[in-house]
Amino acid sequence: MIPSLLGISVVLFTLLAMAPGDPFDELATNPAVPPEVRAALRLKFGLDDPVWMRYWHWLIALMHGDWGFSFVSRVDVSTLIMQRLPVTLVVIGASQVLAIAVALPVGVLAATRPYSLFDQIANTFAFIGFSLPTFFTGLVLILIFSIQLDWLPFVYRADIAATGWAFYWEHFKQSVMPVTVLGLFQGAALVRFVRSSVLDVIRLDYVTTARSKGIGERKVITRHVVRTALIPVVTLIALQMPIVFSGAVVTEQIFRVPGIGSLLISSMLANDTPVVMGVTFVSACLVVIFNLIADILYGWLDPRIAFR
Amino acid sequence: MAETLLDIRDLKTWFKTDDGMVRAVDGVDLRIDRGETVGVVGESGCGKTVTARSVLKLIDMPPGRFENGQILWQGRDLIPLPAEEMDKIRAREIAIIFQEPMTSLNPVYTVGDQIGEVIRQHENLSKKQARDAAVEMLRLVNIPNPGKRVDDYPHQFSGGMRQRVMIAMAMSCKPKLLIADEPTTALDVTIQAQILELMQEMKERLGMSIMLITHAMGVVAETCQRVVVMYAGKVVEEASVEALFGNPRHPYTQGLIRSIPRVDRGAEQKQRLEAIPGTVPSLLQPPTGCRFAARCKYVMDVCTQAMPPLKEAAPGHFVRCVL
Amino acid sequence: MAGSTHASLSAKAPAAVPGARKGRRFSPWQEAWRRFRRHKMALFSAFALFLVVFGVLAGPFLWRVPINEIDFAAKLQGPSWAHPMGTDDLGQDLLSRLIYGGRISIAVGVAAMIVAIFVGMLVGALAGMASGGLDAALMWLTDLFLSLPQLPLLLLVIYLFREPVKGVLGVEGGAFILIVGVIGATRWMAAARLVRAQFLSLREKEFVEAARALGASRMRQVMMHILPNALGPVIVVATIDIAAAIIAESTLSFLGLGFPSDVPTWGSVLRDAKDYLDIAPHWALFPGGLIFITVLAINFIGDGLRDALDPRRVL
Repeated sequence: MIPSLLGISVVLFTLLAMAPGDPFDELATNPAVPPEVRAALRLKFGLDDPVWMRYWHWLIALMHGDWGFSFVSRVDVSTLIMQRLPVTLVVIGASQVLAIAVALPVGVLAATRPYSLFDQIANTFAFIGFSLPTFFTGLVLILIFSIQLDWLPFVYRADIAATGWAFYWEHFKQSVMPVTVLGLFQGAALVRFVRSSVLDVIRLDYVTTARSKGIGERKVITRHVVRTALIPVVTLIALQMPIVFSGAVVTEQIFRVPGIGSLLISSMLANDTPVVMGVTFVSACLVVIFNLIADILYGWLDPRIAFR
Repeated sequence: MAETLLDIRDLKTWFKTDDGMVRAVDGVDLRIDRGETVGVVGESGCGKTVTARSVLKLIDMPPGRFENGQILWQGRDLIPLPAEEMDKIRAREIAIIFQEPMTSLNPVYTVGDQIGEVIRQHENLSKKQARDAAVEMLRLVNIPNPGKRVDDYPHQFSGGMRQRVMIAMAMSCKPKLLIADEPTTALDVTIQAQILELMQEMKERLGMSIMLITHAMGVVAETCQRVVVMYAGKVVEEASVEALFGNPRHPYTQGLIRSIPRVDRGAEQKQRLEAIPGTVPSLLQPPTGCRFAARCKYVMDVCTQAMPPLKEAAPGHFVRCVL
Repeated sequence: MAGSTHASLSAKAPAAVPGARKGRRFSPWQEAWRRFRRHKMALFSAFALFLVVFGVLAGPFLWRVPINEIDFAAKLQGPSWAHPMGTDDLGQDLLSRLIYGGRISIAVGVAAMIVAIFVGMLVGALAGMASGGLDAALMWLTDLFLSLPQLPLLLLVIYLFREPVKGVLGVEGGAFILIVGVIGATRWMAAARLVRAQFLSLREKEFVEAARALGASRMRQVMMHILPNALGPVIVVATIDIAAAIIAESTLSFLGLGFPSDVPTWGSVLRDAKDYLDIAPHWALFPGGLIFITVLAINFIGDGLRDALDPRRVL
């Protein structure tokens, strides 16, 4: 985990250092700033140091949580990110739950009846699901449910005035579309993976052994097939986290969800480099953390791992 | 005469594939009496494994299907039996062990869980009681330190030990019939003898019957009372072990017996080890006549015209050959 | 990560019954074509994709309305004979804009795939040949790239390098090179892993051993014996990569960080359309539908190719 994080920080810093003109130019060359202040700033940011020194300082600052402050809103980057992060995590979490809740039963059912009508329909929908770009699905949903039917709001609002149940109901209503868009996209890819993973397991000898025990087909599938087929699925869910983040950026942008994805886009459009770097690094960290969780789950699901 | 446990009549198990219907088992008759060990022999692809799995209805359907026949278990036909009824017969009345002990056990559960699962399914026991029963079964199949090994996972056992676990699992509900599908093929020679001995011991202790599927004639000679020889989805010869080895009547059986390496023959009796030339015919479009005709050295015109019936050449000795 | 079973529905699992195969013999490519043909959706998709590609290539010769002819009198019109796909808020003809955009989107997809496959094969071949330290380092790098959040990274690179590249290569060319480069640079990992895996499994096979024993040079071994064998899976990945690159480009343009909005790509047209969903839904539905159909077709073709060339893998 630590090497991955270091690797990511190197990649980010290299990009930053390779970018022509330094990102602090705007501030440092501002004519309103007197030359001695500019020099002091350059010294403070260490812009004249050798590259590895700059990386070291940058890394130390990063680890101290000192991520600079936003050029635009003059707020600490870490504060800004911490404000936005929970929304993103809730949306991603809910959509993953939705994806798994859809993909697991559909994939298992499709695999236990291979080449049946259900299997073919599920497979076709899965293909459609992951061929539909999230930004288009989002727009289509808005067109149907917000504009035509007027059931759901298409702008996500953080400041809902209602209280009690009404508050939660409003939150639920405005989350439905972003979560659905993201969840179904993930679910579609997952269905195919669950199906093939289950198909892999269902042909194994020990499943025949399980059938010969007379425990009934339902228990054979749930206890012996799904349990083992889940192991690679867990890995896939973790490996797909980068894609989920990409989807989240788009979804947040379409529905104007105030998460770190929309923060990333708005700060890019506003040339707010410290925020851009901060958000990129945080999303990379989250991906690494999810991979770590997957590794732990993997060891827990597969007893063979623990003995290696 | 002993009570008949299993009576398979004219069983046809066919498989639908892209290339057509594969007639893996094409009209097999087979009888197993109480307390008897019956060997089913033949080369790979002759339908012996499919026959064995058909008895417990462990064939994937589709692509497989029962085209014809009956599988009478103590007089009751298993083929039309609903799944729930079939599950009461599996493990409790008929148990099965497979060729590959390395892959026949689920890697994510302890062996205790897997043995306990069968016991709990068929007997009303608590988790604790099932575990104790599992330990007892492991002790019975001579696994050292069973109280501790019961919580180990399959990958912590060797191949021979896993086959012992499989036998323990199969025996745990005291079935009347054990189907052993090439139980020793994947094991080392020394382990093979131990496993066969263990099966013999279990059989005597529980008074059960064994259907032993194998391609090794030597194993048959050692353990079975009666032998059924299969070729290309058909039974070609059936006899007691003594009659079969003493007086094999079908040319295929004769070939099989001649292909056994023998160390007991002296130098003066030196004989070449014979292989049977040719290969098994396609099960997609089996020849109309005798299926062995193409490889048979005594082949006559009549052989290729019609399938010879299974006739009783001597009391209890059946053969499907015009000779 | 990939399982190993028939991914799609068309490749019926051959039953594990001995003696089932007839003695027909086909060359590998004939056999592949035979399997591809059985995948009805893939065949149909190949036809659909052909129509789309033919449409964007031949379109400008058949439909001669300029992409930037502003006509406020005809703004936000639905489909009609004068404008088969309607018009946008400036009264520009959507059909010709989408034909133009399709050329860019598909060109980006193909070019980015080439970059990704080239880098991937290079890294994979290097890692597969050099065991030990270099292999480990390259695989660590591959894993690192796999765990990077692609879109934020893509956005970051474009954000940092957009202006300078534009200065050197011009607005459109700069955007094209930059977008192709970054999409390619973030999608090479699958190909690298595949090629390396092929190397490891094929390296010890008899025919490579034989070639080695005959004194074939390393380079020759790679070019003549190993790469052709890795080709099937790589073609499958390459196909899927085109679809992914088209989606990536559309996403970038949709977010306003791809091609500038005066260059109509499918994504940027969709971006302009999203604020007019209520009064001009056709404006969003046509580009979105085109992206969807193209990507779906390519994915189905990829699936068919997988059945044909690499029947034992999924994803």
